[in-house]
Formats: sequence, structure tokens, C-alpha cells
Amino acid sequence: MRDKLIYGAGIFAALYFVRNLYVILLQLPDEAMQGAVYRIFFFHLPPYFTAVACFLGAAIASGLYLKTKNWKYDVFAVSATEVGLALAAINLVTGMIWGRQQWGIWWTWDARLTSALITWLIYLGYLMLREGIKDPSERAKNSAVLSIFAFFAVYFTYKANEWYRTQHPGPVLTIRTGKNTIDPAMQAMLFHNLGAFLLLAVVLVAVRMNLENSQRAVESLRRRAHAIA
Amino acid sequence: MTYFNQVFAIAGKDLRSELRTKEALNASLSFAVVILLLFSFVVDPDSEMLEQMSGGLLWMVFAFSGVLILNRGFARELPNDCLDALIASPIPGSALFFGKAIANFALIAIIEAICFPVFGILYNLTWTAQLPVLVAVSALATWAMATLGTMFGALTVNMQLRELMLPMLIYPMLIPALMSAMQLTTLLVAGQAIDSEHIVWLRVLIAFDIIFTSLAAVLVETVLVG
Repeated sequence: MRDKLIYGAGIFAALYFVRNLYVILLQLPDEAMQGAVYRIFFFHLPPYFTAVACFLGAAIASGLYLKTKNWKYDVFAVSATEVGLALAAINLVTGMIWGRQQWGIWWTWDARLTSALITWLIYLGYLMLREGIKDPSERAKNSAVLSIFAFFAVYFTYKANEWYRTQHPGPVLTIRTGKNTIDPAMQAMLFHNLGAFLLLAVVLVAVRMNLENSQRAVESLRRRAHAIA
Repeated sequence: MTYFNQVFAIAGKDLRSELRTKEALNASLSFAVVILLLFSFVVDPDSEMLEQMSGGLLWMVFAFSGVLILNRGFARELPNDCLDALIASPIPGSALFFGKAIANFALIAIIEAICFPVFGILYNLTWTAQLPVLVAVSALATWAMATLGTMFGALTVNMQLRELMLPMLIYPMLIPALMSAMQLTTLLVAGQAIDSEHIVWLRVLIAFDIIFTSLAAVLVETVLVG
């Protein structure tokens, strides 16, 4: 039943993306200044928000793990971090493609770009730390602590870089700017794609959690077999 | 024994054992001098560019050589199961953490105290015009390195790739502190006071220290004891 629900949600997410792509590519007009390339924005901002949601979820789950020592929180934390890392990579890559077209360069050491890259590296460190610790309970404990540190560091880096230097376009959403700087149809589309990405992330995290649970079951069976033999 | 006595007992023990063997200190110091030398090939040593890069250059040296010291912090306790004995001793985890962080801080400060004059001599710079402020800024940034380094030293102490994992984990997290230290050091080495435009970096540095020191103090017990 649970699997059916997960794959059903997956199919729904896929259909949602098809519908969004149809609107993005065929219905929305070109942007006044940038032309057609602005469409990549729908695959730039939503994955970023979704990745931040994943990292926040992982940090909360890590805190809960430390409090309760319940394995399921550790399973959730590692799954959400992995999915978040993939989404953050999408955000970086689409940003670079857009930058190449608009700025003529793939990368610039701008505040937002730098903090996005730092975030990515910090969470890469999280996965490397997990790889390196053999004992499951020590791995869960240490990576939970790292995840909490990482979220603070990411927020701090984001803020520190904001004071530093920026070439990245400023916020466009009405909730951030307080005025109508964005076409309502385009803003609606952004939220639709955010919905699609969030749903996709939920599905991927659920699938990854299944995988992690199976992996742990195999590991404990192997350990038991080793103990008998 | 009060909390402060416990902290200073740990710090004193660490400093004593390090100053007797000098294994991390010697390695770190010679490494720092080698990097200082290498930088003369990166940028023309006589140019004005050097003055604009001085803060970045110095903090790269301190970050690289500091990790050698931070790596030894907890690894020193591994032989003879000293770490287990320390954890079993009747002191709270945070006292152990602060003791080790203070020892690390002092050792990195020694490296810095030697590197600043060497840097001044090798690159013909007068760097003492704003000495008291420079010392304060260096202390803040060094504490940031010491506290994060000690915390992550505790996290990675049982790993095989410990020496590689520690820099991989702490450099990205340290960026706000290092960035502020670089900006301010460049300014101060050039003999200028911290103006209203640069005061924000001092705030970043102080906020970084407060946030991560308290976070580490809260979480270190979990890491050490479980």
C-alpha cells in the first residue's frame, strides 16, 4: 500500500511537470529583457527552495534523532540530504547555463553563487562523513550533529555573503519585494513548479528511505550470519 | 574542582604535552613558513598587489597550518585509550571541549605570532601600525578556527581518513569567519583603522564566534558520550 502511494505520487509529479512544461514552453510569452532564456528560471528557483526545505527537514530530523535515538529520523536525514544535494546541483547548473547566456560567463564569485556553492560543499562533507564511519550508531550520532552545524553554517554563509558582493538578480517574488515586479502568470507558474519539485522531492525521499531501510536490513542480517558462522 | 579549574586543567595538560614533544607545533610552523615562501611565486613580492592580498595570504597560511594542530587535538588522546579515560573522568563534556579549544587556540596563536613578523620581514611590510586591533581581530578569528576545529576534531577522531576529513568539513563552514578576518587584516596591515564600511566584518566575526561556540558547547556532550 505504501509503495503504491509513493509511486502514485511519483506519477502525479511527472504529469504535473508535463503540464508545467506545456505552459512554460507554449503559453507563457518571452520575457521583455531576456527573451526565451528566462524560462530556465522555473527550474532554477524552485529546486533551490526545495533543496533548502530538504536541508531544513534533515536538520530537524537530526535534532529529533539526538533526542530520541530513533533510527527512522536518521534514515530520513540522510535521504533528505541526498535529495537536497541533487536539487542544489540542479540549481547550480541551471544558474550557470543562464549566466553563460546572460552574463557571458559560466561562473562569477558573486554572493549568492558563492553561498550556493559553499552549501553544496558542506552537505557533500556530510555524505563523506557518513561514508567514513563504520559503526552505525556512531555514524548516526555524528552526522546528526554535523547536519545541525551545517544548517547554521549555511544560513550564516548566506547572510554573510549578502553583505559582501552581489551581481545576482534580486528577489522577484511579490512576498519578498512587496510590489508587483513580476508578471502574475509567471509568478503563478513559479509556484506551480515549486509544487511539482516539492512533490518530486517527497517521492524521492520516500524511495530513498525504502532503500536505506533495506540496506540496513541486509546489513543486520549479514552481521547475524557472521555471528552464527 | 570548579568548572574553570576543570577547563584549565585540560588546557594545561594539552599544552604541556604539546610543548614537551612539539610534534604538531614544529610541523605546523615549518608548513606555515613553506606556504609563506610559496606565495612569493604567486604574486610579485615587491608589488602593491601584495599589500592588497596580505590579509588573504596570511589567513590562508593560518588556516592550512592550523588544521595540522587541530587534527592532533583529539588524535593525541587515541594511544593508550586516553580519550576513554578523559570521557570517563568526572568533568562535563563541555569542560573537556573548552579545555581543548583553549589549548588549540594558544597553539595556533603561537604560529600566528611567529608568522606575522616573518611575513613582515620577507615581504618588506610594516604591519604594526594597528597592532592592538590586529591582535583582537586575529584572536576572534583564531577562536572561530579553534572552536569549530575542536568540535569537528571530536566528530572525526575515530575515522580512518581523519586528516582529510577535518579540513574538508571545516573550511567551507569557516568561510564567513575567514572572509571577515581576511578583509580586516588587509585593512589593518595597511595601517588603516576599521571604518564604518568595514565594521560589519567585525560583527560577522563576533556573531560567528558566539553562535558556533554555543552550538558546540551544547552538542559536544552528545558527540563524546553519545
